[in-house]
This record gives sequence, structure tokens and C-alpha cells, in this order.
Amino acid sequence: MGLAVAVPILLQSRFPEKPTAIAKHAFDTINDLPDGSRVLLAFDFDPASEPELGPMASSLTRHAAMRGYKMYFITLWPFGTQMLTDKIREVILADFPQLVEGTDWVNLGFQAGNEAIMTQAKSDFKRTFPRDVRGIAVAQIPMMDEIRTTRDFACLIAVSAGYPGGKEWVQYVVTPERGSATPLKAVVGCTGVQTPQLFPYYPGQLDGLIGAIKGAAEYETLVNAEAERRTPGAPVPAKYLEAVRRMGPQMVAHVLMVSLIVLGNVIYFVGRRRGVNA
Amino acid sequence: MKRLIPLWIAAIAGFTVIASNFIPPAMGMSDLVTEMFSVLAAVAYVLGAASIAKVHLSKLSARRPGWGYSIVTLFCFTATLVVGLLKVAVPPGPRSPDLAFSGSYSEPGGALWWIYEYAISPITATLFALLAFYVASAAFRAFRAKNLEAALLLGTAFIILLGRTAAGGYLTGWFPEEISGLRLENFSIYIMQVFNTAGNRAIIIGIALGVAATSLRILLGIDRSYLGSGD
Repeated sequence: MGLAVAVPILLQSRFPEKPTAIAKHAFDTINDLPDGSRVLLAFDFDPASEPELGPMASSLTRHAAMRGYKMYFITLWPFGTQMLTDKIREVILADFPQLVEGTDWVNLGFQAGNEAIMTQAKSDFKRTFPRDVRGIAVAQIPMMDEIRTTRDFACLIAVSAGYPGGKEWVQYVVTPERGSATPLKAVVGCTGVQTPQLFPYYPGQLDGLIGAIKGAAEYETLVNAEAERRTPGAPVPAKYLEAVRRMGPQMVAHVLMVSLIVLGNVIYFVGRRRGVNA
Repeated sequence: MKRLIPLWIAAIAGFTVIASNFIPPAMGMSDLVTEMFSVLAAVAYVLGAASIAKVHLSKLSARRPGWGYSIVTLFCFTATLVVGLLKVAVPPGPRSPDLAFSGSYSEPGGALWWIYEYAISPITATLFALLAFYVASAAFRAFRAKNLEAALLLGTAFIILLGRTAAGGYLTGWFPEEISGLRLENFSIYIMQVFNTAGNRAIIIGIALGVAATSLRILLGIDRSYLGSGD
């Protein structure tokens, strides 16, 4: 298994990704928001899941920045603060220096309380997140003037590795608003383990679902195509090809696992036949 | 009294939150309850930290097996706490570049950031990556088509494993358009959207009913197991 993962990494093996309808749906949901929309980005994951979720968090941040949305970053995971800081540095500060902190984006950091924070944010967002990650009161942050509750966001973009995460956001914040005139749209990116648990909410309560590194690779391909459409001929930085790159080792590892299962069964059936014949 | 007060707190808080869904004026009370919950959740982190310290200090003082690991745990715990609280080596924030300590505790370049970047992040990622070896080992030893159910599970695993990578495209991408639904990448999505969704919805509904019943038992004081066994 070590070799199956290491060799494609060392050889930089990349395989083409053809975006599926689900990935396109997630992309269109975000892409079709009105100009200047306010999007809430909840990055509920930690370093353990970063290899799987990091690339999709980058793509989603890049897509929102590219479209010029106002971005509000939050996390309900203690280590999520670093995830937010990393993605802001990697995407916004590096490639969108024209975006101003406090006007175009704000990092509101971590709050403890899981679902309680979600329900609180639903009724009073500023009381739930009273300061940004630097300790600046939200009253002094211009883009917070427009926010009272989660209803003031056009879309929730949640990247989650478990509890609390995408499922809870859908259950406690998105679903109750589903019947309103301007329902909160929601796109969730999650780990492979979580994907089957979120499928029951798609597409009724969830407008987009990006499942694991495969979904991230498809979404990344779509965002890169959009970037190419906006600035033709511009080279794609390596950091925006991470998900596609990580699919290489995943493919070889999956093929190895299938081979091991087949081999294990051959040995099992041969052994059983011999046992029966004896 | 030690059991009666928590019972009443649980009942009042729980019924307030339920009532707020049906009686709009109760929303304010519900917000207060959830706010109190958030405060408790924050305090729980402090209690958790104190509990870790207590457990490892007692292990250390009693020289129980593995006490050496407790020293490492306590050292790392204390170092991280001190470094974070005192904002060790944190550069000034961009809004106040002339003021020391104006940067965030997790500002890049600070000691806490360094611990996160070069210790916590690689360690947790490495531990998670070890799963690949366990899965490979389990795939060889445990997945056996011993009966029809196991064979179905194996078949589904094959489709999902191959359909979620480019291998699916290489193997079945040549299927004509009329049967494109049988291409592994499409078939894996079909399995997830139909069979998986049906099964998961049944589980979700079952869990929801169970949670509702258990919650009512707790709020009405019938189930008191969460209070512990002592007086």
C-alpha cells in the first residue's frame, strides 16, 4: 500500500477528471448567485482530514472570491481556525490581494457549542460571533452591518469532516428555511465516509454535494475551467490542481484494494474446495 | 436536591426550546437557553483540560504503567497552553503593526502557529493516513464472498471503489451511450443515490424517532441515567 500511494505521488501521475452532474450542480449553485452575494463559509475540519478536504476548501474559496461574493468564514471545530487562516492566506491573500478584510471577507474564527451555535446564529448572528479572529468587535467590521441572522446569507458553503458539520448545518439551519421565499442555498463538501450520510438530503434540502477527493477533483476542474474562461491562457497554479493530483494515488490504492479482495477470495475458495475434497 | 435541580433545569430548558418552535414569543427564551448552552460548552473545554491534567498527574504520582507517556502529555499540554495564552513570539497584527501582542494568538510566525504547523498537523495527518494500511490489510483478510449478502456487498464495493476513480472510466468508458448508466462512474452514483439513500433515510427516520422518544423521557424525568448513579 505504501508503494501504491508513494509511486503515483513521486511520478506526479494525473488522470483526467470528467465532472459529473452532481459536481456541476454544486458549481452552478454557487456560480449563479447574484453579484455581491453574501456567502457563509463554514470549514468544520482539522488537519487529519486536510488531505481530503483542503483542496475542495481552496476551490470553493477561490470560486467565491472569483465571483466577487462577500465571504464570512467561521468554524465550529477548534482546529478549524487554522484551516480558515490557511485557506485565506493560500487563496485570498495570495491571488485576490484587491479584496479587503472587513469589507470583502472576514474571518470570524471558532465558537464552541456545536448545534447550539447554529441555532443561535439563525436568530442572532452577531451575538453568536461577536468578534473576528483578531478580536475586533463585529460592530467595527463594515460587512457585518448587513448581517442579522443566517437568513441574510445567500448561500452556506460547508466543508465538513464529521460532527458538527454539513449534516447538522442542513438539519438545523438550512431545512427550517426551506419553505421561505428566499431559502438559504447550501453546498456541502464532505469526506468519503460522510458522503453516503448526506445523499439523503440531496437535492431536496441540499443544493450541492461535493463528495470526498473525487468530488473535489471534479469541482476543481470546473473552477479551473471558469478561471480559464475569465483569463484565457493564464497558467493554473499547482495549488489549484491538488485534488486532481491526489486522485492519482487514490486510483492506484483503490485498484490495489480490489486486487487484494479478489486475491483473498481466490485463496479462500481454493482453500475451501481443498477442504471439501479432503 | 442534587438530582432534583438538574432535572428541573433539563426539563425547563428542553421544553422552552421545543415551545419556541410553535410559540414565536418564546424565541427569546430559547435563544437565552442556547446561549447558556454555548457558555457551558466553552466551560467544558476548561473542565476537559483540568480532567486531562488530573488523570495524568495521578498516573504520574502513582507511577502506574505508562507514566512516562504522561510526562510527555503534560509537558506538551502545558507548553501549548502557555505559548497560546502568552502569545509567545506572535508578530504584531497588520492593523496595529506598532503594538506588540496585537496579532492573533494563531498568527503565522508565532510559537503556537509553529506547534500547529510542524507538530499537530503532520502528526494527525499521519495517524489518519495509517488507515490506508489497515483498510488494505482488512480487504485481504476479511472481505469474503461467503454468502449472497457478502457477495452483494463485495460487488457494491468493487463498483464504488472503481467508479470513484479514473479506473472506472478506463474500464467502462467505452460502453455505448444507450447503456451509459452502466459505466462504473455513473453506476456508482446510481447506487449512492438510490440504494444508499433509501437505506440511510430509513436509518435517519428510525434514529429521529428514537431521539424524540429518549428526549421526552429525559425531559419528563423518566430517564435519569445522564445524572449518574451517585447521590
